[in-house]
Amino acid sequence: MSEKNLPALTLADLQTRLRKKEVSPREVIESLRTRIQAVEPKIDAYLSIDFDAALKEAEGVDVSLPLGGVPVAVKDIINVKGQPCTCGSKILGDYRSPYDATVIQRLRAAGAVPLGKTNMDEFAMGSSTENSSFKVTKNPWDLSRVPGGSSGGSAAAVAADAAFVALGTDTGGSIRQPASLSGVVGVKPSYGRVSRFGVTAFASSLDQVGPLAKNVRDATMIMKVIAGHDARDSTSLPNPVPDYAQNLGKDLKGIRLGIPKEFRIEGLDPQVKSAVNTAIKQLESLGAQIVDVNLPHTDHGIAVYYFIATAEASANLARFDGVRYGYRAKDPKDLLDHYGRTRGDGFGAEVKRRIILGTYVLSSGYYDAYYVRAQKVRELIRQDYVKAFEKVDVIVSPTSPVPAFKVGERTEDPLAMYLADIFTATGNLAGICGISVPCGLAKVNGSQLPIGLQILGKSLDEARIFQIAYAYEQSTDWHKQRPKV
Amino acid sequence: MATELDVEYVSKLARLNLSPQETKLFQKQLADVLKYAEKLSEVDVTHVEASAHAVPIFNVFRKDEPGKCFTAEEALANAPQKANQLFIVTKVVE
Repeated sequence: MSEKNLPALTLADLQTRLRKKEVSPREVIESLRTRIQAVEPKIDAYLSIDFDAALKEAEGVDVSLPLGGVPVAVKDIINVKGQPCTCGSKILGDYRSPYDATVIQRLRAAGAVPLGKTNMDEFAMGSSTENSSFKVTKNPWDLSRVPGGSSGGSAAAVAADAAFVALGTDTGGSIRQPASLSGVVGVKPSYGRVSRFGVTAFASSLDQVGPLAKNVRDATMIMKVIAGHDARDSTSLPNPVPDYAQNLGKDLKGIRLGIPKEFRIEGLDPQVKSAVNTAIKQLESLGAQIVDVNLPHTDHGIAVYYFIATAEASANLARFDGVRYGYRAKDPKDLLDHYGRTRGDGFGAEVKRRIILGTYVLSSGYYDAYYVRAQKVRELIRQDYVKAFEKVDVIVSPTSPVPAFKVGERTEDPLAMYLADIFTATGNLAGICGISVPCGLAKVNGSQLPIGLQILGKSLDEARIFQIAYAYEQSTDWHKQRPKV
Repeated sequence: MATELDVEYVSKLARLNLSPQETKLFQKQLADVLKYAEKLSEVDVTHVEASAHAVPIFNVFRKDEPGKCFTAEEALANAPQKANQLFIVTKVVE
């Protein structure tokens, strides 16, 4: 294989070549540079890339390590020492990370080389990556469409072979939905499974870090390294990390797949519906048993999510005050003017909208009616899943109700954008794990647009969702379909 | 839950200046969101405990051991204004 084709390799194949010394870590980064330079003008997946730092780090890296010599793209909300970390926001336009997030420390200890910070919706608020302060990332399958979001840069980079694998964050679907729209695999780990230390907080009771990858096995390789307890994240769980690849290749006999009747919603695209139904039949033919389940509070998921997520965001984003880091308004006349203008000029429209909503639902007189009520309904949503998982091993659904939409199509209507999270957000509210795998291509106006199948599992049951996703993936060709960029 | 959201007032609570156009736009857009969320009031939550986290872990302690921390230089590296190893801040007292 010529160096030119290296970026098309899966992580597992890349590792084999590195270990056999058929390629050096330096050649891998150089080949990726060539690929990125070719496709980046079209897709705009990255906000910053420091090839020199990566090449230096790759010198002498031990390729026998679990991810030795493997470059990993990183969503620009995760701190990588010495690199920018803008969170897609003008307010952090000049910020440089003084330290590594725990996930980056772990990747580095495993021999991986962080390479490139990927574009995102500002502070991870959005489902299209159009809310970035800097650029709009395009879907590699159709450049007039969005890649999904908020981890849209990571998804587009992996889809276009401009990254072997990438990290994203998922608060209401921000890994799974862009994975679905861009035709890659995306994993939202269980709440508490992956440390968020060094990851800028959006909604702390929901945020998780996870991989976007070309296939299921690659995703397990990243998960194995980044998962596990971290004393610096008090929500991190102490449970031992299993070998996520242990179930890959096992058949699905005896596996019970739950199909929630509440997920049969209006507004579900007919091609998405058909592809997901075909995928469910495929899983059945592999030995799985289909079981109807009820998630009766699903209909309230988006409302609950937007109250809780915005309330937490309004508190978390209070730290952006122009005092210790970030943008500061010029010549403030007093402290209120300093805060008001720094934040008013520094934040984009969607972030401001959510801070207003979050502040409102936490404000005196409305706290009980909105925030506390949302927390109670959240508990009912969580119990729905607990009850469903007594009957089934996993729950399957579409990841997104629609394939990739046009750039600009939904920006005027925030509520329509929020509804993009309908199948994913309740998973975050319940703290369970989920994966999106490619399961079809919709034909829309001459374009082929990826469709994703979501598999939700119990808390800490990642090995199970990997098993099912892998069995499905290996019995189809969808993961081998690549966009021509 | 009638919509009583006053965007201009809340923006002051949030220390977040909005332009008149933004205030007007958000007023309309967030009224739509709140209207959509009205259905939450239909749910019977009489005997439900509010859940702040999906995973119930409490009282997380670690050993209180000294570790590495930022030098003054590192802590100030991203400061919008600094002098003499200190952050320069907007005047707080008269």
